[in-house]
Amino acid sequence: MTPELMAVENIAFTYETSLVLEDLSVSIKEQDFIGLIGPNGSGKSTLLKIMGGILKTDSGSIKFKKSHVSKINKKIFAQSVSWIPQDHPMVFSFKVSEIIMMGRHPYLSSLSFESEEDYDITRRAMETTMTSHLADRYFNEISGGEKQRVMIASALAQNPKMMLLDEPTSALDIKYQVQILNILKNLNTNHDMTLVIAMHDLNLASRFCNRLILLSEGGIVRDGTPEQVLGKDILEQVYDIDIDLSNRDGHIIVHPVIRNQH
Amino acid sequence: MNLRSYSTTLLIFFLLLLVTLCITPLIGSSEISLARAFSSTLAISNNVDANILFQVRLPRILLGALTGAALSVSGAIFQSLLRNDLAAPFTLGVSSGAALGAVIAIALNLNFSILGFSIISLFSFSGSLGAIFLVFSLVRTRHGEFPTAVLLLAGVTANFFFASLVMFIHYMADFRQSFTIIRWLMGGLNITDYNTILTLFPLVLLGISVLIFFSRDMNLISTGIHSASSRGVNVWKIQKLGFITASLITGAVVAICGPIGFVGLIVPHIVRLYVGPDLRILIPASALFGASFLVICDTFARTLIAPTEIPVGIITAMLGGPFFVWLLKRKRPV
Repeated sequence: MTPELMAVENIAFTYETSLVLEDLSVSIKEQDFIGLIGPNGSGKSTLLKIMGGILKTDSGSIKFKKSHVSKINKKIFAQSVSWIPQDHPMVFSFKVSEIIMMGRHPYLSSLSFESEEDYDITRRAMETTMTSHLADRYFNEISGGEKQRVMIASALAQNPKMMLLDEPTSALDIKYQVQILNILKNLNTNHDMTLVIAMHDLNLASRFCNRLILLSEGGIVRDGTPEQVLGKDILEQVYDIDIDLSNRDGHIIVHPVIRNQH
Repeated sequence: MNLRSYSTTLLIFFLLLLVTLCITPLIGSSEISLARAFSSTLAISNNVDANILFQVRLPRILLGALTGAALSVSGAIFQSLLRNDLAAPFTLGVSSGAALGAVIAIALNLNFSILGFSIISLFSFSGSLGAIFLVFSLVRTRHGEFPTAVLLLAGVTANFFFASLVMFIHYMADFRQSFTIIRWLMGGLNITDYNTILTLFPLVLLGISVLIFFSRDMNLISTGIHSASSRGVNVWKIQKLGFITASLITGAVVAICGPIGFVGLIVPHIVRLYVGPDLRILIPASALFGASFLVICDTFARTLIAPTEIPVGIITAMLGGPFFVWLLKRKRPV
């Protein structure tokens, strides 16, 4: 059995007065490639932020390799877990190489300059994500797909065991969606990276992930292989639309059923 | 960034300041001769040239340098921490709080000094502390971050509120007080001595050093608070420290010089065009360039329609505005 990397135990989270997550537990194993699916507002982003140590829960606990995350130094935790937001609004004109180097922050002290080792690590991160040619460009001037790859490179520079990505493909065209997911698949299979990715595209999730977690109204309604999770009844209930399922090359394809409105 | 390019860039900005500090004391409404100023045959009390140089011009120029440095660094910090191009040292109400303090002291006809500081300066500094306290007490959050939109709104509101009180007191004041108030609000470097500079210098230097020490953390915050937090930055702590340190050095210089505008907004933008947005270099470079910038502006203020002086706050925007537009057209936008 693969060892457990992160254990989320009975967490609850409220924002202002509304309950976002309620009594949620999940166990993440090493080398999992998890697709976090569910409707808008089901709590995917919040769960990722909690797992990334960004938000504090009201109750329950998060353990990383059996130690409580709340007791791990933030910088030490960031050496193992990285988080990538959905979009990257940038007020100032940082260069791509500077953005990627920011991934080394957990390893650097306040007044030190980056070492040759730091440059090597960011160079490798750029190669893995095919962003080497962008190094001297300004982050604000590259395309959405390139930005997403740069942010993955920056997260890789943290040398993490586990990466959390909040809808990395939602704003991209289909070519870049597949490109990003292929990069992540490569990290998962060849670099032992554990991945948790919030996604909206159920078909891509079913094609790339080896485990899906379906969230609805702040709780997990199903957790398992794509075949186990993508059931007609549960999807119709969670998404509140009619759904047809088909199968292609052993992967489930989800079709929303569109009725003509009169 | 490596040590070599870092020190080369800073050296250039340092040389600029050095040249400015060497040339500007020689410019002024009355001609002075260096030979006579340093003459050993004249007694210092009879040496007019030496008196103008060392008692009038030099302290004023040093005060200008300190003020320019403090306001520029503070502007760079506010822009980065609020992730807003239009932020300036006065955005969160520091200057209007200071103005209220000064105006109250003027209206009450208070006119004495404590420990070498005029009561107006002390009231003004208390006013800026009050403004900082008020604005930050309005912002409460449980998720370990400053809601920047709320902070900006609180700052703008505080600015308007204090400004209306200043106007009310000004309206009630008599002619003599009214003139003093107007002159204070315009800002200027004309009243100073070495004692003030010796007190201000360590304070501003300490503030800038603290900000440089946390510049890497603030870089990450300037790209987004959540990603900064996910990389191990204690966002709440660093933001609070940055805001309060920048506000304190701003409050300190405003208490002496009044609210000199535009420097804190525009100098970080000018410097960013050349060194980029990385605060590790932007902070020291803004300090050095801001110091030169204000000293040069003040030299114009002293000489443009000599012997009458123009308040330097008028010159900063009059010179700085067109200069910045010219730079923007030459280089890519920040």
